[in-house]
Amino acid sequence: MDLSVIVMQLFTGLSLGMLYVLLALGLSIIFGLLTVVNFAHGAMYMWGAFIGVFTVTWTGSFWLALIMAPLGVGMYGLIVERWLIRPLYGRDINYPLLLTFGLQLIMIEVTRIFFGTSDHPFNAPDILSMPLEVMGIFYFPAYRVFLIIFTGVICAVLWYFLERTNLGLVIRAGTRDPLMVRALGIDMNRIWWLVFGIGSALAGLAGILAAPIRSVYPEMGVAMLVECFVVTVIGGMGSLPGAIVAGILLGLVSSLTTLIYPQMADIVIFLVMAVVLLVRPSGLFGKAGLLE
Amino acid sequence: MPKHQKGKGKGVSRRSFFKTTGVAAGAAALGGFHFTRTAQASKPLKLGCPLPLTGPYGTEALDQKAGAQLAVDQINAKGGVLGRKVELVVRDTKLKADEASRRAKELIESVGVELMTGCLSASNQLAVNEQCKLAGIPYMSISQANEITERGDASVYTWHEALNPHQTTQAVGGWVGKNFGKRWYFLTSDYAFGWQLTDGLRRAGKAYGIMDVGETKHPLGTSDFSSYFPRIMAAKPDVLFLDNFGKDQLNSVKQATSFGMKKKMQLICPVLLASARLGAGTKAYEGVKGGTSFYWQQDIPTAQAFTKAFWDKNGRPPIDYAGYAYGGVLELLGGVNRAGKLAALPLAKALEGRKYDNYKGPQWWRPCDHQSQQDVFILESKPPKKKYDVFKIIDTVSGANEALMRTCVEVGAVKGKPMRVGLKK
Repeated sequence: MDLSVIVMQLFTGLSLGMLYVLLALGLSIIFGLLTVVNFAHGAMYMWGAFIGVFTVTWTGSFWLALIMAPLGVGMYGLIVERWLIRPLYGRDINYPLLLTFGLQLIMIEVTRIFFGTSDHPFNAPDILSMPLEVMGIFYFPAYRVFLIIFTGVICAVLWYFLERTNLGLVIRAGTRDPLMVRALGIDMNRIWWLVFGIGSALAGLAGILAAPIRSVYPEMGVAMLVECFVVTVIGGMGSLPGAIVAGILLGLVSSLTTLIYPQMADIVIFLVMAVVLLVRPSGLFGKAGLLE
Repeated sequence: MPKHQKGKGKGVSRRSFFKTTGVAAGAAALGGFHFTRTAQASKPLKLGCPLPLTGPYGTEALDQKAGAQLAVDQINAKGGVLGRKVELVVRDTKLKADEASRRAKELIESVGVELMTGCLSASNQLAVNEQCKLAGIPYMSISQANEITERGDASVYTWHEALNPHQTTQAVGGWVGKNFGKRWYFLTSDYAFGWQLTDGLRRAGKAYGIMDVGETKHPLGTSDFSSYFPRIMAAKPDVLFLDNFGKDQLNSVKQATSFGMKKKMQLICPVLLASARLGAGTKAYEGVKGGTSFYWQQDIPTAQAFTKAFWDKNGRPPIDYAGYAYGGVLELLGGVNRAGKLAALPLAKALEGRKYDNYKGPQWWRPCDHQSQQDVFILESKPPKKKYDVFKIIDTVSGANEALMRTCVEVGAVKGKPMRVGLKK
């Protein structure tokens, strides 16, 4: 096999992986800090794409859409946490899971009713839709390069926020010992509220960023949610570095499988998940006992 | 839920957590709920119509539904079938053959349909056809499949209004062979429809001395095609055939464009869909060419009348798959009316050898296998001057004199003899 093909394949794998990372980040943050498995994540991702489509239709600006999508979905997330999730704290972990699962069905059906079931066109902004020439025979879309860099920046910002700011410190402390944090006079409800909002905003951001690559339609989040869970399970439920490493790993594995045996490309990520769960039941970076 | 707050509740074991998550994820993967009309009692003649309303072909299936409904409404406005009103009963197959089979059985046994149409995707059609043959109910198939008119699946009850992959590829392959380079690469949807398109194109290309420089198969419902592209680009083809359908076509064209593939090769969609073109936008499909059975801008009275009626009702023009459903249902219901009673043999005699033009130009029912003969149009994507005007018809490949069809012998039938296989006494 030609070396240039393999290099090119790694490139596509990386861009695919970055999309996985972006999709899994919000899910992972919400689970890691709130122990809520957000099944509405896929539908929030879909709403992010739809907000993007309509912002671009009305204003013509992709960059404005890039702000509006996470903002809109983030605010929706705040409402969901305040009025739907919060009353369920203190109950079994399955309650919020079932609630968000139902919420997802409602969100998809509402979208179908208002916007129909067909696809909505969405293109990358002109400046990013030029294919870049690589090694003479190949092209690589500028948009995917942007996606790789942008996702990297998002990861860095999140890391900085959680590890280097006071608010981040409170959030981390809250996951270890919320009672103690409360005793220090901090309102944990507001912290969880905020975290759920951030996680939702990340879903919206993933939606708008995926829209120029994938088709935009009401069920677009359903298949994505499955991939997303695979990434978080492999990385370790709730682990941020886990989501990043697992996302990139899956992108590369799936891309290289395509090169060797394309029919397996869909299944291979589940094989990886099975192997990881056998060797490390709590995932690559998972903390043991988070669910016990 | 924050773990510390669990307090009184019992802890959740990892196993039970994964069990619940797994069940929920499975349910999510199966798609949302769908509400379909339930049947009412007796009087009206029920026409069953299983369609993949959810899944990667959902957009096209909705157009099929609208096309079938339009035909039913027009027939009802003229007095119905044998004096009875016709009622279309739609069911969701979710694009799964076993679901299609169950829904067809339910339509026949519980709802009591007396005629059947519908389906998109060969596996679904064959499953429904099987149920119809068992129950002795005429079935009008309205999407592309080769096997359905072959020995083994074809029967006196089975009718195929749509083109099949063979007709499509003989027309498109021949046209591409004449007009473009000789190095062909195939990106094939990995199931019967995709395989048949690729096989057919290879066969059509032989006459033009084409070189098969590679094939990549992708699973049905792939959302990211980027990892398929390096190998294709490295093979340096002149022409890349996208032998897929629905959202797969939309995504593969959109992503191939972003990867600059069009600078190096011509993209051809053997079944070029207006629905996918509208969903992907002008830029993604710019310069893409392909084949179709119908385009709403066809300048003939029947096509214009169909387009106007469909547009008035649905607020948009019909796509080719709406045409199949419309034309097929008109034939089926009209055939029963001419036959004078609802039975397979009189219906067969009313349709076989019939020349007709419902919406797209001349068609003909070949008696030996119940396949409809028709023309194939070659389209090129263009920037719309008005909404929905997304293609230009650049050529017409005539289907006259069985030019695009397999011979009766090739499909396992007898030339000149009408199809009578499976007739129930």
